[in-house]
Amino acid sequence: MEKRAIEIDIKVPNQTRYLSLIGRIGEDLAKELDKYCGDRETLAYHINLVLTEAMVNAIKYANAEDPDKMVHITITIADNELLIRVYDNGQGFDINSIPPPDFEKLEDRGRGVFIIKSIMDSVRYHAVDGGNVLEMSKRL
Amino acid sequence: MNLNIETRNEVIIIYVKEERLDAHNSGDLKSEMQRLFAEGKKNILVDLHDVRFIDSSGLGALVSGFKNAISHQGNLKLSTLQTQVKSMFELTRLHRVFEIFPSTAEALENF
Repeated sequence: MEKRAIEIDIKVPNQTRYLSLIGRIGEDLAKELDKYCGDRETLAYHINLVLTEAMVNAIKYANAEDPDKMVHITITIADNELLIRVYDNGQGFDINSIPPPDFEKLEDRGRGVFIIKSIMDSVRYHAVDGGNVLEMSKRL
Repeated sequence: MNLNIETRNEVIIIYVKEERLDAHNSGDLKSEMQRLFAEGKKNILVDLHDVRFIDSSGLGALVSGFKNAISHQGNLKLSTLQTQVKSMFELTRLHRVFEIFPSTAEALENF
């Protein structure tokens, strides 16, 4: 890892009340990037959003809303790349089997993964020791 | 969640007094809209002036309210969206579904 890399490692209980805390950390991080030349406000919103969507996915679906489980998040910024990993202890699912939303039909749900894929350059979900990880990266 | 509700010209205005409308709190807004339509209210305006952040669950709650309005022959409209919030409606194409007004006053004129 290069000298100027930033790595944040957080574990929070599997509860939606922690979404704003994690989202805020992501936003603050975006505002601290000294080399970023794009629209910082939009980047901050996008990091907040991706963290929120990925955490909700872990909390509600992968960890089946079990409040005793934990969600583990790492955010790494190195070599002009943002890498977010969200770990869960659930059964896992095939991210590629989730269809994009049908814009002609008005569904209450089903936009989370679409939003993540729209914002990030690469999205992968795979098994790791004791669970799964949703790995999302974006060039800065 | 903090919601201020007032009635003007037979329109129920729900002011969402939260910085975030997300998976943690959007269920409350969804239930409130359900309750109002079930009570027989026909016209609801959701004012998002204070909402700085919305996620897919927040959007989903508003979609649920919109469908509820249709099934009760009512209307659900939105006003005063912040720029980033509006961009979420565009990303998910929901700006084609909702009538969105720049101010509460303009929204009220269009019921």
